[in-house]
Amino acid sequence: MNCFGCIEYIIVALMIISAVLAIEWRDLLAATVGMAAVSLFASILFFMLQAPDVAMTEAAIGAALSGAIVLFAVKRTQRFETEEEERPGWWVRW
Amino acid sequence: MVSVLKRSLAILSILIIGYWLAQGLAGVPFGQDKMLVGHYYLNHVKEQTGAVNAVTAIVVNYRGFDTLGEVTVLFIASTGVGALLWRKNRKRTAKTEGSVVLTTGTELLFPFIMMFGVYIFIHGHLTPGGGFPGGATIATAFLLLYLAFTVYEIPHRGFEKTEGLAGMSYVLVGLIGLWIGGYFLFDWIWQSWHWGVNNIGRLFSGGFIPVIYTIIGIKVGTELSGIVDNMLKEEVKE
Repeated sequence: MNCFGCIEYIIVALMIISAVLAIEWRDLLAATVGMAAVSLFASILFFMLQAPDVAMTEAAIGAALSGAIVLFAVKRTQRFETEEEERPGWWVRW
Repeated sequence: MVSVLKRSLAILSILIIGYWLAQGLAGVPFGQDKMLVGHYYLNHVKEQTGAVNAVTAIVVNYRGFDTLGEVTVLFIASTGVGALLWRKNRKRTAKTEGSVVLTTGTELLFPFIMMFGVYIFIHGHLTPGGGFPGGATIATAFLLLYLAFTVYEIPHRGFEKTEGLAGMSYVLVGLIGLWIGGYFLFDWIWQSWHWGVNNIGRLFSGGFIPVIYTIIGIKVGTELSGIVDNMLKEEVKE
């Protein structure tokens, strides 16, 4: 069984899981890490799809720089998200 | 009641736009090799630009004017961050020192990350990468310094001057092309002087691609480090 293809599916699944976690976590510090993880898995996926230059850019900008900048913003404002009054409907939140 | 109306309108507009896009894309055959421009680039990239990496040849040589626009967009973004966060008296306010692992690791890794970034943008015409990833890698090296040391700041004066000079020299390279070859961003090193014709696949080839990518790498690196610096500093009230 050729398992090179299923690694891609595993990475896509990890990307989706970390994206959902980044939205769902109320701790914004953790959500930032989730957001950076999406970029990290995306960069691995780009590398496997034979686009190494895009992978380098994604790893440097998506995982490192934008994560750090969002982190600075969290540090300046507040760490925990407050509950909003009007929650989006079920078609947004499953 | 209003929000229900708003949402149904939003869903309706999404459905209409989606149907319209699907109708437009339905006629395009999927996965067929019909890109004439792509074939032209792949067949002529070596003789026309001297670069082995076709992606950077397209980005810098065939589409050089677009790349100048991209650099300008990045410059405007950096200026916007600087203007939005401008205060009179801004200093670094971090209090906790970085841990031993972080500081030692930063001291060890900083020169290697810098070297890797410089390698990426100098070898842009040979290996994957180029000015933008190389500059971003250099900026992550400065980000590490900022994270590890509470008092560290980039040398502002030198960085601002370097950034401006890099942007000017990009335009200058294009203007020299206008003077020699007759249009802006003409590849004068390759097409008029024929430098590195016997050298394809090595460092000294590819016309002005390494020159421009070095300029872009320096500019992007200093600009992104400046954005990190702007985001980190806070106003200090006396």
